[in-house]
Amino acid sequence: MSDQVLNQVLIAIIAVVVAPFIGGFLAGIDRKLTARLQGRYGPPILQPFYDFFKLLGKSKIATSRTQFIWLISYLVFMIACLVFLVLQQDLLLLVFLLGFAGISFVLAGFSTKSPYSHFGANRELLQILSYEPILLLFALAVYAENGSFMISSIMENSTPLLVSLWPVFIAVLVALTIKMRKSPFDISTSHHGHQELVKGIMTEISGPYYALVTLTEWYELVLVLGLIALFWSNPLWVGILIALAAFILELLIDNINARVTGGLMVRICWAAALVLCVLNILYIYFMRGVA
Amino acid sequence: MGIIQKSQIKSPWILHFCNSSCNGCDIEVLACLTPLYDVERFGLVNMGNPKHADVLVVTGPVNYRTARVLKNLYNQIPDPKMVIAVGACASTGGVFHNCYNILGGVDKVIPVDVYVPGCAARPEAIIDGVVLALQKLSKAVGVAK
Repeated sequence: MSDQVLNQVLIAIIAVVVAPFIGGFLAGIDRKLTARLQGRYGPPILQPFYDFFKLLGKSKIATSRTQFIWLISYLVFMIACLVFLVLQQDLLLLVFLLGFAGISFVLAGFSTKSPYSHFGANRELLQILSYEPILLLFALAVYAENGSFMISSIMENSTPLLVSLWPVFIAVLVALTIKMRKSPFDISTSHHGHQELVKGIMTEISGPYYALVTLTEWYELVLVLGLIALFWSNPLWVGILIALAAFILELLIDNINARVTGGLMVRICWAAALVLCVLNILYIYFMRGVA
Repeated sequence: MGIIQKSQIKSPWILHFCNSSCNGCDIEVLACLTPLYDVERFGLVNMGNPKHADVLVVTGPVNYRTARVLKNLYNQIPDPKMVIAVGACASTGGVFHNCYNILGGVDKVIPVDVYVPGCAARPEAIIDGVVLALQKLSKAVGVAK
């Protein structure tokens, strides 16, 4: 029994250590591919790591002490989500933790006096309003399919989720666009150098604090791609390939779309969430009732 | 010579500020970001926010109105930071040097590290200026060969 606990602790530690490297590497591929799609040569693959360490070396200019607390909690809750995923725990609880991580980031934006930061935080709230129903309905759809919220039950199931939950998969891809802060849904802040509203929610976050947010975003990227990999968990490498394909697809969507307004984003996401997810869940229950 | 010092010269994010320039140099600064020159291959990103920037790229001569703004922007950039004066006007005041409203070059208000000549400065000259600034920065942080 204690061997099993030790094993789980080991898995959690490895995931927490390795995830930022994967996330940073994917971010590097993101910047290179985006540059190539725009007809540029692009920065080296390791550029996100250079940016990260440079930001760590900058002097601290904090406009609010509470901001730091919220940024730390953003990071800690994101790591907790990732640990939940790798230890194959409860999917519903993971979604709630992810929701609180997002809210922490919003509060970090609200804890300064800058109006641009407040604008960005309001827009981040709109984003949360858009993607949370999708992730919640994803968890409910998994329950409808497997009769359990546990991720371990997904891993044990021999038929992949993608077969019966493909409409939910499409909805989760929409959520991935928001989580990766890509066009057309990068309304609160964007990874591209220049954007209106100064830098949205990131306006007052500078130096080492910016590095902290970058680190959290790498964890977030790995976590959301991990959730997508769950759609084909047997064998898992197919799921990982699907997640990588989804990642490349997001880069393509990012470069061929303009930013939409907040209201339109909420409408698109709720259409995807309510129509695709609810119909999918109803269909599963209906077919079970017939059989 | 740690990993932070090495990274500092590989990821300069620039903040572009136009004093009272004729916009000639501004267009050339933005031309550096186009696919033809693509300064992002050196890690340069054009930031719209002084709190995220490392290098302040200033164009045009300083007048009494913009002096306060320029000082404010300079103070908002976290250390270590570099200032590049792009064009003849930003370096010395240029054709505007005797105007009643002009203080002179950027160095009248904030310390300048690199002066880029030209009217308007060519994108190649601006990229050269940024490289020069990075060499200066690498000497300052102690990674120069």
